[in-house]
Amino acid sequence: MIAIQDASLIFNAGTPNENRVFDAFNLTVKKGEFVTIIGSNGAGKSTLFNLLSGTVMPNTGRILLNGREVTKEPEFKRAKTIGRIFQDPLAGTASNMSLEDNMMVCLKKGFKGLTIGLTQSRRLFFKEQLATLQMGLEERLKDNVGLLSGGQRQALTLLMMVLSTPKLVLLDEHTAALDPRNAEIVLSLTSRFVKEYGLTTLMVTHNMQQAIDLGNRLLMMDAGEVVLDIGAEEKKGLTVEKLVAMFSKIRNKKFTSDEALLSR
Amino acid sequence: MIEGIFVEGLIYGIMALGVFFTFRVLDFPDLTVDGSFPLGAVIMARCIDSGIGLTAGITLAFAGGVAAGAVTALIHNKLKVPHLLAGILTMTMLYSVNIRILGNRANLPLMRKETLLTKATALTHGTLSETWTLLLLFVLVVLVIKVLMDLFFHTDMGLTFGAMGSNTQMVISQGVNPDTYKMIGVGLSNGLVALSGAFAAQYQGFADINLGQGIVVSGLASVMIGEFLIRSTRISMLTLRVIIGAIFYKAIMFLGRYYGYTIHLTPNDLKLVSGVLIIGALVITQMKKPTKGTK
Repeated sequence: MIAIQDASLIFNAGTPNENRVFDAFNLTVKKGEFVTIIGSNGAGKSTLFNLLSGTVMPNTGRILLNGREVTKEPEFKRAKTIGRIFQDPLAGTASNMSLEDNMMVCLKKGFKGLTIGLTQSRRLFFKEQLATLQMGLEERLKDNVGLLSGGQRQALTLLMMVLSTPKLVLLDEHTAALDPRNAEIVLSLTSRFVKEYGLTTLMVTHNMQQAIDLGNRLLMMDAGEVVLDIGAEEKKGLTVEKLVAMFSKIRNKKFTSDEALLSR
Repeated sequence: MIEGIFVEGLIYGIMALGVFFTFRVLDFPDLTVDGSFPLGAVIMARCIDSGIGLTAGITLAFAGGVAAGAVTALIHNKLKVPHLLAGILTMTMLYSVNIRILGNRANLPLMRKETLLTKATALTHGTLSETWTLLLLFVLVVLVIKVLMDLFFHTDMGLTFGAMGSNTQMVISQGVNPDTYKMIGVGLSNGLVALSGAFAAQYQGFADINLGQGIVVSGLASVMIGEFLIRSTRISMLTLRVIIGAIFYKAIMFLGRYYGYTIHLTPNDLKLVSGVLIIGALVITQMKKPTKGTK
């Protein structure tokens, strides 16, 4: 499904600020896998997502999606098969447009022509889908998205992403900016959608417990490398303490993210 | 007199709709307008003068505007030039282009030529006065453009334009190339502006290459006056208020021109008045802005 082969990424190459984020980085993810990714700040988690979605291009190496090389493909082209959700709940929706307009824009990927897609039957379909969120949004189709709470917007973004049937889902700490109750709701929606639609998913999180509870594979990143790669079987008996201990053993240093340790 | 204000307001309202599209919907402050407005005027005048025909003139004027806008978007997209500079570049180049189109002249009178206006007045001769005929004509023209524009913003493409203005990342994530959309959007906007120029030339009875000077400011002022008068988020209201704003703007300019002398205002001061009008509108919206978080 995804293959990153010997990718290296250097920011500000040749200047005093040179920053080697990845050096001969390799990662393969199989179809249907739900991978959770943890790591301290600056470990390269978000940059990994940027690399996959085409926001940054690797200096060397190849990136394959569905067996197709996309290394040099611009972001908008790759986006046709990728659903990405950001930490900022405002990033996935247009605030000054109504709920139904937002859903219409996100329904199908690719160039949009001069057809009027927002028909009565579409509205009914949107209503049905919104009802599955159980947030009462199905009654607010005409409301501007700017009126919704962060949690509602993130849930809507998640639903719209799922409806556009992406082949790969990238969740970039998508619950981190929400209050605990809304984070819980969005998270349970996430696992439901991933199961229901059999989505290949990569999820970055700061919450170690979350990373252990969700998904069937866990990656821990540090300084641009995958230092731990834990499969489904091994993951079952895992606890936060064990994970921290494993990290210290491999890297011979303490796991430094307070946030990750505190947010158990 | 009052009909004159309405007619002028309606003609310039088409231009204001174009300005509204780039400034408000696309969030692309486009200064090409100062060049594409006279471009529409000179294309139309040349077509009338050389007898190519009215329909061809209007079509060519619109197409010329679209091309001018597309050039601006292309400069912005490909060379990574800021939108303002890209617009100024095209606008400056258009000045020379416009003179060429007029046949190396700075202006071209349309006296005793058949224009859309003379045709319309001939048609209603005896039943309606000339001013009322023109008013009716432009109400119809603007209505058609407004309805088409409303329809456009209800299509999937139109909705995507709306989304792009407020959140470009969201549109990229939907697999849409924002560069292509900018080209279409800025193109269509300038097409409208050129169309407005084509009508303005016929109404004034001449085309002049300086017709566009400061036109973008008057368009922006119209948009802001409209926003000031009507509050709404529905697209049909948004386009309506732009047109109403343009009529109000013309009325204010008219008052300035005819009664300004009482406060020692000359026609030369009108550009200053336009600028002050915009600043005033900005100040008032700043003051009216609710405290953060309540939006």
